[in-house]
Amino acid sequence: MRVARWLAGAAVLAALAYLNFFVFRAPILVKLINVSLFSALFVLYRVIRGPSAADRIIAVDILGVLSIGILALLGLHHDQGFFMDIALIWALLSFVASLAFAKILEGRRLDD
Amino acid sequence: MIRHTIGMVFIGLGIAFDFLGVLGLIRLPDVYNRLQAATKCVTFGSAGLLFGVFILQGFTSFGFKVLLAVAFIFLTSPIAAHAIARAAHRSRIPLCPESVVDLYEADHELNKEGDDAVA
Repeated sequence: MRVARWLAGAAVLAALAYLNFFVFRAPILVKLINVSLFSALFVLYRVIRGPSAADRIIAVDILGVLSIGILALLGLHHDQGFFMDIALIWALLSFVASLAFAKILEGRRLDD
Repeated sequence: MIRHTIGMVFIGLGIAFDFLGVLGLIRLPDVYNRLQAATKCVTFGSAGLLFGVFILQGFTSFGFKVLLAVAFIFLTSPIAAHAIARAAHRSRIPLCPESVVDLYEADHELNKEGDDAVA
């Protein structure tokens, strides 16, 4: 069963490589942004299929930090500064949201 | 030119740390292990990435905003991780079966008994 899964994955990767799926001509910054977006896809897997609520809270927190990096790279690529404004506000809101989710998970009230 | 190289090296290291942290978030068996891998790696990775962007930008307004974001991440991310870990442990999310010792639980029980004895 495990061997069959490995063979299926290798076949899919070989088909994608044969169809030039991995050839992507762009500046290096765009490739790095793509790697970050792929990481965000992994984090979304953990958000959807977390076994417990704490997993989902951790994943949302990490998604906030990742998106700060993605926004900084986008601002560097487009050479415009307002992306970092969005990133700063995102960082503030993500921090407050994580603390609030943690308090609710612990079973305390928000003004405790 | 040398500044461009140093900045791109920082950005590449940051992306690599981000990717490894997210891989730990996927693969590790437990809430606490996932929290450890994800928070440390992703915080350090994003901070390195933002520092690389600051090196590339120099002392412009964009660069100062990036430095502000680095300081903010270093201040707030450990606090959020600590709060989430404490809440997960208080809400009785079990550890993975391979785990050896749970000192926080023992300490908590000890403190509770001490409070009862005082009261």
